[in-house]
Amino acid sequence: MPVLFKKNPIDVTFSIITGLASLSVLVFIIGILYVLFTESSPAIEKFGVLKFLTSTDWDPVRESFGAATSLYGTAIVTAISLIIAIPAAIGIAVFITEIAPDFLKSPIGIAIELLAAIPSIIYGMWGLFILAPIMTDYIEPALQSTLGHIPLIGILFEGTPMGIDLLTAGIILSIMIIPFTASISRDAFNLTPEIVKESAYALGATKWEVVKNVVIPYSKLGVFGGIVLSLGRALGETMAVAFVLGNNHQITTSLLDAAATITVTLANEFTEADSDIYLASLFYLALILFVLSFITLAIAKFFLLRAERRFSR
Amino acid sequence: MKRERKRKIESFIALSLSTLAALLGLFWLVFILGDVLIKGIEALTPALFLNDPVPPGMAGGGLRNAFVGQLMITFFATLIGVPIGVLGGTFLAEYARGRKVARLISVLSDIMVSVPSIVIGTFIYAILVKPVGHFNGWAGAVALAIIMIPVVLRTTEDMLSLVPWTLREAAFALGAPYYKVIIQVVYRGAAAGILTGILLSIARVAGETAPLLFTSFNNSYFSTNMNEPIASLTVSIFQYAMGPYDSWHAQAWAASLMITVFILMLTILGRVIIRWRYGKR
Repeated sequence: MPVLFKKNPIDVTFSIITGLASLSVLVFIIGILYVLFTESSPAIEKFGVLKFLTSTDWDPVRESFGAATSLYGTAIVTAISLIIAIPAAIGIAVFITEIAPDFLKSPIGIAIELLAAIPSIIYGMWGLFILAPIMTDYIEPALQSTLGHIPLIGILFEGTPMGIDLLTAGIILSIMIIPFTASISRDAFNLTPEIVKESAYALGATKWEVVKNVVIPYSKLGVFGGIVLSLGRALGETMAVAFVLGNNHQITTSLLDAAATITVTLANEFTEADSDIYLASLFYLALILFVLSFITLAIAKFFLLRAERRFSR
Repeated sequence: MKRERKRKIESFIALSLSTLAALLGLFWLVFILGDVLIKGIEALTPALFLNDPVPPGMAGGGLRNAFVGQLMITFFATLIGVPIGVLGGTFLAEYARGRKVARLISVLSDIMVSVPSIVIGTFIYAILVKPVGHFNGWAGAVALAIIMIPVVLRTTEDMLSLVPWTLREAAFALGAPYYKVIIQVVYRGAAAGILTGILLSIARVAGETAPLLFTSFNNSYFSTNMNEPIASLTVSIFQYAMGPYDSWHAQAWAASLMITVFILMLTILGRVIIRWRYGKR
């Protein structure tokens, strides 16, 4: 770090300008927290914290609001998407790093990354026009006639298949986060030193045993960080789910019912909020979402940094 | 012998499942891109680019207003976001290199990259729409710029850090002040990387819908006034796809095609530049 720039006035100016530019990130974070907090303060005063989080009310007419239905929808959709995405993404990462012949590695890697670049609104529209009818006609009736008859699990598949529901939204979201999770897992797998893998092969391990006992233990911090990062992304995804969730404020046991997430509520109702307390409640939801995803992403970053540090030693 | 067989079978099953997962990933890509391509090309007409929307039921409507609005919002977002991002990244990689404050801002930027974009929309609504009293194009551009800044900042920081320190020392030895070293030596060495970061950040915001919903909103008429609500492709897609008319759906597919092609081209261009400059990765 050279100290000489302190003598030069232009250098001092340039360092201050760049410094202010880098502080903008900090300003945004504090600004978002502050603004969302002040805007939602009428709702915080009226409904409190615990009551707002646990109330299932969402009634613009009676001006009584609670976050429970939106939180529930967010949790279920995110859970479905992760249950599908995690095994698929790890499978893809294993395929790219260990199985694929060299000439296939790069094209498949690129294809997965292109999938990650497609904007979420395309996924959402595709879900509405293509996936939702397929779900209504084939997949959901099939699920009802098989899993639907099993006691307890059957509760998940009650109701008329409409295609606009928690399950469809979860599937679309999973397609959207698979490439993301896969490319982080692949990068983590790639950090395993070749020599350790070769040693395991020399002991007679099969390819799967090398993956299971060498590669995955070696890269588990990175993979875990990647999964949490995907969780953070999934929590705040709006457009991919806005088309196929129906924005219905209810807590439902069936995955074939319409529901609402925090993001879908905001997208559908923000411009229509006609009273101050309604708008304040929506800001309150946005604040909850921001805090929730910020903490999740910070945890993910913590694990990814630890994984990085471990390998740079 | 039996045990070995079991291990081999187990390995075979696990590897087959992984291959299946990879095929599944490719299947979705082909499925989604194929649909966008087929339905988009079907609906692609000159009128889409040349005409403004007409009331549903009338023929010959287009999305000229949304194309122009999208370009303007993205252009101004880039104009605001890129300088701040590049300068901020410069501070982290140069003046504050190795300091705690640089680590902190770097980590916070990484988090900001993934923060829900709809939250940024609500934030901008509160500071740029509510005080003015109506939706406006500037609010949309600023919302997108806030999404861009952390992306550009982080890539700039990474790319500047790749420039060897000895190169700077050589310039210092010639008596150059630090700002000259940064502008004339370091920026040149990292130009390709920074450009890629900018391209990828444009690709990132070009498909954003959520932050525009309550900032630039939408406008059925042709407008280039950034002080008024302005149409954008993504918000138009949302509105048209959720609407009841077939002609709207067709136009939404065509608009989706254009946006997807634009973003994929930027993404591929970014990769090509990286590969050309930094060799195979």
